[in-house]
Amino acid sequence: MAAGNFEKYKSDGSIGGNALEWVDARFPATSLWKEHLSEYYAPKNFNFWYFFGSLALLVLVIQIVTGIFLVMHYKPDAALNVNGVPVAFASVEYIMRDVPGGWLIRYMHSTGASAFFIVVYLHMFRGIMYGSFRKPRELTWLFGVGIFLVLMGEAFFGYLLPWGQMSYWGAQVIVNLASAIPLIGEPLSIWVRGDFVIGDATLNRFFSFHVIAFPLILIGLVAAHILALHETGSNNPDGIEIKANKDKNGIPLDGIPFHPYYTVKDIVGVVVFLMVFSAVLFFAPEGGGYFLEYNNFFPADPLKTPPHIAPVWYFTPYYSILRAMVWNFFGLDAKFWGVVAMGASVVIFAFLPWLDRSPVKSIRYRGPIYKTMLTLFVICFVILGYLGTQPPSPMGQLLSQVCTAFYFGFFLGMPWWSRMDKFKPVPERVTMK
Amino acid sequence: MSKQGKMDCGRRRLIVATAAVGGAGALVALVPFVSSLLPSERAKAAGAPVEVDIGRLESGQMMTVEWRGKPVWIINRSKEMLATLPKLNDQVADPKSEKDQQPPYAQNENRSIKPEYMIVVGICTHLGCSPSSKFKAGAEEGMPGDWLGGFLCPCHGSTFDFAGRVFKAKPAPTNLEVPPHVYLSDSRIMIGEDKKGA
Repeated sequence: MAAGNFEKYKSDGSIGGNALEWVDARFPATSLWKEHLSEYYAPKNFNFWYFFGSLALLVLVIQIVTGIFLVMHYKPDAALNVNGVPVAFASVEYIMRDVPGGWLIRYMHSTGASAFFIVVYLHMFRGIMYGSFRKPRELTWLFGVGIFLVLMGEAFFGYLLPWGQMSYWGAQVIVNLASAIPLIGEPLSIWVRGDFVIGDATLNRFFSFHVIAFPLILIGLVAAHILALHETGSNNPDGIEIKANKDKNGIPLDGIPFHPYYTVKDIVGVVVFLMVFSAVLFFAPEGGGYFLEYNNFFPADPLKTPPHIAPVWYFTPYYSILRAMVWNFFGLDAKFWGVVAMGASVVIFAFLPWLDRSPVKSIRYRGPIYKTMLTLFVICFVILGYLGTQPPSPMGQLLSQVCTAFYFGFFLGMPWWSRMDKFKPVPERVTMK
Repeated sequence: MSKQGKMDCGRRRLIVATAAVGGAGALVALVPFVSSLLPSERAKAAGAPVEVDIGRLESGQMMTVEWRGKPVWIINRSKEMLATLPKLNDQVADPKSEKDQQPPYAQNENRSIKPEYMIVVGICTHLGCSPSSKFKAGAEEGMPGDWLGGFLCPCHGSTFDFAGRVFKAKPAPTNLEVPPHVYLSDSRIMIGEDKKGA
């Protein structure tokens, strides 16, 4: 569906019609509307897993809107105020206590961060289950991995801003990861911090990245993600191409226009999502210490690390992988390999389209090997996530090493095990289950 | 393109040269942005030496002072604490302090100028957390039963003895850093400088 195949709007003589004709002659309004909404044909057999893409977009909007209002009151300043409290920390408390409605906006933003990752993880899992990353949607998948990476950066920068104990020590640990790189590591981490320790310079640049640079990149990638998707058309739970069967007008027989069918369907998802979101927002905004860690209600103290520090839950699987590496290889110490393993565990998702060699896309037509491997992968991911929230222990270390090994085995062995499976015949047309 | 569909090589060369010069210009334009992220002159100037009175530090106690934004520990080690050090020589990764983590005058079995006073930067050499003190021997503070006392980093579980020496098979690659320091008198030390009045 290349742009420009749609006819320009012809006025019916009404004032509204004349206005639209005037605009359409100067801007592709009708063709954009049709290409991406009213004549974008999506498979008719989407199930609930297909809510999470539009929900991710909703959370992005929530984060941007609440962020705009938070910036009006927040001050990125590590200096101590007259009460001896860092200005940044005090400004967040000011938002929470003195700004009318500030507590709600702040909790929407902090809960939104966790909601973003929940929705994105489920969205990614959907893609893996139904083979949405496979040819011809590799670029959609790659833009998606890019979004995931930028989102992690965005969350990391944002977490420093309240300038609490977890903000400070979390940033300290993550920035020091760079120092594990041989030769250039130490200068690199100083360059990232802008000082020899995490300080005011670091806080200000993280603020800049969090509110300007990364949101701009994020929006650009989201646009690319959707454009690439609309170029190839959506996958579906059967993992077959609806474009293979078209009617005489060239419309896929199993496709329905995104608007109004899926816009209306997605509203149902939005309502359910907002119910859960509001419940967390009003009754458990700290998410039991997982969304906002308790130690972050203490101002940053460069002299004292809290007795137990862990990243926010959405980073803990990768944090466990970092901690699992305790061996020195090739003359480089374990610290470096931990960083390499952590980076690789995120980036490896990008290679999925070329690692999966099965003849079918969807889990519905794959055999027991895939189902077992995927289940074990999810279990490993959850175990790694849980262990990352816990203090280091010998048992936890061993378990995280086993799970890390499986995590990489899942991906790196995929070219072999994905071919060995027993497959079921794929239907010609989509099925409604 | 000329009318016959042949490429005009002269023009093509000009296009390539223009693009190359433009690209080089764009790269050079990155310099001020990249360099602006380096520590500012003010950040470099901060970090003056710190003078500390250690006269009131009782045996077996520890105090923390800030130097260059980092915690520096001063531990007045008791005889029992010092006695643990030789026992651990085969359990720590760098028993003789061969890696350059201390000034030459602290490269000895106690890693200090005076045996009892340990002066060390309280930042784990793994990823920069500040280890917590676990001074009591045995399992009392949640450590293994054969623990003789020292420090545990809460972030990734590295352990250090009373001389800041890291135990083997822990994530931290080196011993804790001993900062340059000098005794101004029996009870006053200067952290961040090697020589009196320097």
